[in-house]
Parts: sequence; structure tokens; C-alpha cells
Amino acid sequence: MIDNHILAPVFIHLFTAILQLIAWRKTVTQRFLSVGGAFIGLLIAIRLFAKVYTEGSLSMHASNWEAPFSIVFVADLLAVSMVLLTAIAGFAVSIFSSVGIARQRMLYGYFPIFHFLLMGLNGAFLTGDIFNLYVWFEVIIISSFVLMTLGGRKAQLEGAVKYMAMNILASTFFLTGIGILYGISGSLNMADLSIRIREFHNQPLLDVAAIFFLLGFGIKSAVFPLYYWLPSSYHTPPSAVAATFGGLLTKVGVYAILRVFSLMFVPDEFTKNLLMVMAVLTILTGAFGALIKTNIRRLFSYLIVCHIGFMIGGIAMFTKAALMGAVFYLIHDIMVKTNMFLIAGYIRQVRGTMDMTKLGGLYKAYPLISLLIALVLFSLVGVPPLSGFWPKIYLFQEAFVGGQYFFIAALIIGSLVTMYVIAKLWADVFWKNTPEDQPVEDKFKELPPFKKVLLLMPIVLLCSVTLYIGLQAEHVVLAVDRISNELLDTSSYVKTVLGDKVFKK
Amino acid sequence: MELLLVVVLGLLYAAGIFLILRRSMVKLLLGIMLLGNGTNILIFLLGTITKGKPPVIGPDQNVFQDIYADPIPQSLILTAIVISFALTAFAIVLLKRVYALVDSDDLDDLNTPEEEDL
Repeated sequence: MIDNHILAPVFIHLFTAILQLIAWRKTVTQRFLSVGGAFIGLLIAIRLFAKVYTEGSLSMHASNWEAPFSIVFVADLLAVSMVLLTAIAGFAVSIFSSVGIARQRMLYGYFPIFHFLLMGLNGAFLTGDIFNLYVWFEVIIISSFVLMTLGGRKAQLEGAVKYMAMNILASTFFLTGIGILYGISGSLNMADLSIRIREFHNQPLLDVAAIFFLLGFGIKSAVFPLYYWLPSSYHTPPSAVAATFGGLLTKVGVYAILRVFSLMFVPDEFTKNLLMVMAVLTILTGAFGALIKTNIRRLFSYLIVCHIGFMIGGIAMFTKAALMGAVFYLIHDIMVKTNMFLIAGYIRQVRGTMDMTKLGGLYKAYPLISLLIALVLFSLVGVPPLSGFWPKIYLFQEAFVGGQYFFIAALIIGSLVTMYVIAKLWADVFWKNTPEDQPVEDKFKELPPFKKVLLLMPIVLLCSVTLYIGLQAEHVVLAVDRISNELLDTSSYVKTVLGDKVFKK
Repeated sequence: MELLLVVVLGLLYAAGIFLILRRSMVKLLLGIMLLGNGTNILIFLLGTITKGKPPVIGPDQNVFQDIYADPIPQSLILTAIVISFALTAFAIVLLKRVYALVDSDDLDDLNTPEEEDL
């Protein structure tokens, strides 16, 4: 079905950003615009999700050209789920930013760039054209460069150099892959490509192209040999920025891997083994890295890497239950990781530091908020019946069925280490007394009440979404089940884009 | 023509990767730029080069009768050039700021110890 409303999630953030550029240096106006724009974006995303969920996939063809010749936007269930999650996370971060970001950063255009980033994310999820995907990736990385360097502290710039170099390199690899793909197939439309590639029998050349795509997306999603930029840059920007990055940017890479490898390079034995080795090593290196970190955000950065491995492992098995596990984990991970970094920002407001050795006594000072945070931590660890638990059932089950014993071992070690570091974090930050030589400077207490509410509201919002995912898992499973069916049998996607004519031959 | 482009392409990729592996930040940037240019030539080359056949339908025809030069690779390259121009401009400013702060061109000096974290 053709529907031009698909573009609404992209345009709402574009318009918000333009309005904010008009209100340059008027930070109060920008804050209202940002929260308002993100809220409308959330409503639009919910509406789009409901429409796709009830009526099936939608598509939009630029200037009404027929499919393989035009740039298409496709809203299938996976894409709109990602748009919905982006909208929820974006709304939460936007509220948090209105208090959590220093005025100096707002004056240099934090909010417009933040909305350009959300625009890029929505575009990347919705596009059905591989070169268009590259362009949206560039929109994402150039906005993220600015967000990462805004403020210009020394540590920030040091992190930004690594982040910039690796991301530009990833885009170059991605573009090389597109070049080869266009050379062998003469098309850029992903649905059209999925048909043409099946008629192309030079498997080694296809594998080369697949590896270029895997390299590009692997750098973005921080998998094993390519992840080193992430822990050395994600702890530097302000927490609201780190929340957007940690929650959404690496997941775009996972989404792109899902999309490209389900539509075009359907994994053969070689790709499956490669992905599985990467997944196991990603889990192990991420977990062991997290063990030795005392800075909260560095620890979370390694946990991001560790949990990316769970999803890659699910994709590597490429069976229905495994894909369900991977997509379910993706949904859970976006919500929880965004929230974790917001919590890190909250802790910094309360104590002025994120070093676990210098923190302590938060439970005594704020018992209720600490219990709320504990709920999020439990979800991350995957205590049943919270949200991290359900996807792991699918992954374990499928790994046993497929005989992937290394992956099972890695899953167990990864989950165990996650639990250990989170328990250590809880004991250090919340239960332990504040170290005596450490002055307590509580900026949070001095804030006016409405600002306190603005800081806590996003955490509560994301926490309730996490609880919903965990306690009403049967609803999520229904959606995830359909998504994994669509990923395995792409004919409905192809039909949405190219119409019925393809199957008449 | 194709052979020349293939050689240039290989040289650009090799030089780019060699420069990226060096420790200097400026060489890193130059390497990334060379790689980007190499990619553009790759797209141009794989789009099959057809000389002297513009993709224009004659006034007395309705469809293409002949082989014609594919315009899409060129529009792809144009887009890629514009994007890499913006990224390079940003990267140069960033490296200049970092050089002013760290007072070194060496990538290994970019690791402020963890105690200085916030």
C-alpha cells in the first residue's frame, strides 16, 4: 500500500530543527520546541506503528515513479518498531536535556543538532534504497560528531577523534560495498536487489560485497574486532548525548545488518560462522572489559559491546526463534541502555562524579529513586519476569537446538558478568557509605522542584516502557513473531515495494 | 581507460590504508580522504564506462535504442563527494582544535588517564 505519511517521522524532526534554528540562542524557546516536537514525533510514530500493525507494510515512492527507478521509503513492522522506539527514547532524552545539558552547550545549537540526529535515525529505518541508507547514515554521523564535540573539553575532543576516524572509515567501506553491488546488479533498490542477487551466480564476488557491508555496519554497531572506538569515546560527552548514542546509534548498525543480510546476502554457512565467531568474541571481550572499569559510563560502554554480541549471535543462527530473540533483545536494549546513561547523568547531578570508588550512600539519601533505578538494573541483568529475560530464552533455546555450544557458553558468561558488575555497581554506588574524604556536593537538591521532575520523568517513562516489555511480553512477542517471519520470508517486503508484477513472471 | 582507472584505484586504496595505519593525525585524515576518492573511482568504474553516448533520448524516438552511459554512478559520486567534503571540513577543524589542546600530532597522546574523568 502506498502512503505518504511514512515520511512524517522524518519531517517532524526536520521542521522542529528548522524552527529551533530560527530561535537561535533563545534557549527557553528551543527547549519548549524540542520537547513539543519530540512529543508530536512520538504521537506520529505510535500512529504509524498502529497503522502498519493492523494494515500491513506501507511504501512511498518519490515523485510517484515506479519502484526500481524511484527512491522508496518502506514501513514494514521492523522499521516502524524501530521508529517507535526511537521516538520514545528521543522524547525521554529531549526532556532530560532541557535540564541536564549546560546552557552553554544549548547556545551553540545542541537542540537543532539533536533533532537532525533523530531525523537521520528515522530516515535510516524507513528508507528502502541502499544508497539512501548511506546518505541517512551520513546525516546521523555528522550530527553525532557535532553533539560529541559540543563543549570542547579535552577528553571530549580526544574521544571525538577516534569516533570520527572510525565512523568515516565505516562509511567508506559501506560505500565501497554499494559500488560493488551496483556494479554487479545495476540497481540500488533493496527489494529489487534481493531479486536480482538471486539470479547472480558469482558467489565469491557477492561474498566480497557482503564483507564490505559487514565491515561498515560492524564498525557502527561495535562488534568484536571493530569496537575499540566505542569505550574510548562514549564516556566523554554529556549524559543526555551519551544516552542517545548508547541507546540508538549502535542499534542502527544492528538494524542495517538485519536488513541487508535478510534481504540481499541471505547468510550461507560461511557468513553464519563468521557472524557467530564475531558474536562470541564480542560478548566475551565486552564482558571482560566491563569487569575492570570503575567509571560508571565506561562500564556501561563495555556492557553495550557485550550485549551487541547477543543480537549478532541471534542473527548468526538465522532461524525463526533466533531472529525473534535478536529482535526482542534489540527492542529491550534500546530502552534499557538509553535509560542507563540517563541514570548515569542523574548520578552525576546528585554527586558530581561518576567514579564508583568516590560514590556511595545514594540509597540512604534517595531510597525511592534508588529502587526505581534498581528496577532498570534488574531489567538489564535479565531477572525474570523483566524485559532482559525473555529474549534470552529464545537465544538459549535456539542455540541448544542448533548445537552452538560456544555461543551458549558466551551467553552464560556474558549474563553472569553483567550481573556481577551491576551488583558491584549497586553495592558501590547505592549501599556503601560515601567515602569519608569525599565532599558531597548535591546539585540535585538545590534544583527547583519542576526541574527535579524534568530530570526524573524520562527515567520513569523509560522504566515503565521496560516494565511493559517485561510484564506484557506476550504483546511484544506477537510483534516480534511477525517481524521475524517478515525477515525470513522477504516476499511481503518485495511485494510492498515492487507491487504484484514481480511474481507474475 | 579502464586499466588506468584500475591501477589508480588500487594505488589510492593502498596509499589510503597505509596512511591510516600511521600514528600521525594529519596522515590519518589524508588517508581517509584518499580512501574516499578511491571509492568514488570504484563506483565510476563498476558503473561500466560508455564513451560518447549521452543518456538523452533523441527527438524522433520514444525509448533508448542504443547502449547509453549510465548517469546513476555519476550522481552517486556527486553525492558522495559533497558528503565527504563536509566530513573532511569538520575533521580538519576538529584536528586543529585537538592539536591546539594536546600540542601533539601523535594519536597515542590522545589517552588522558582515567583519573581525569568526570
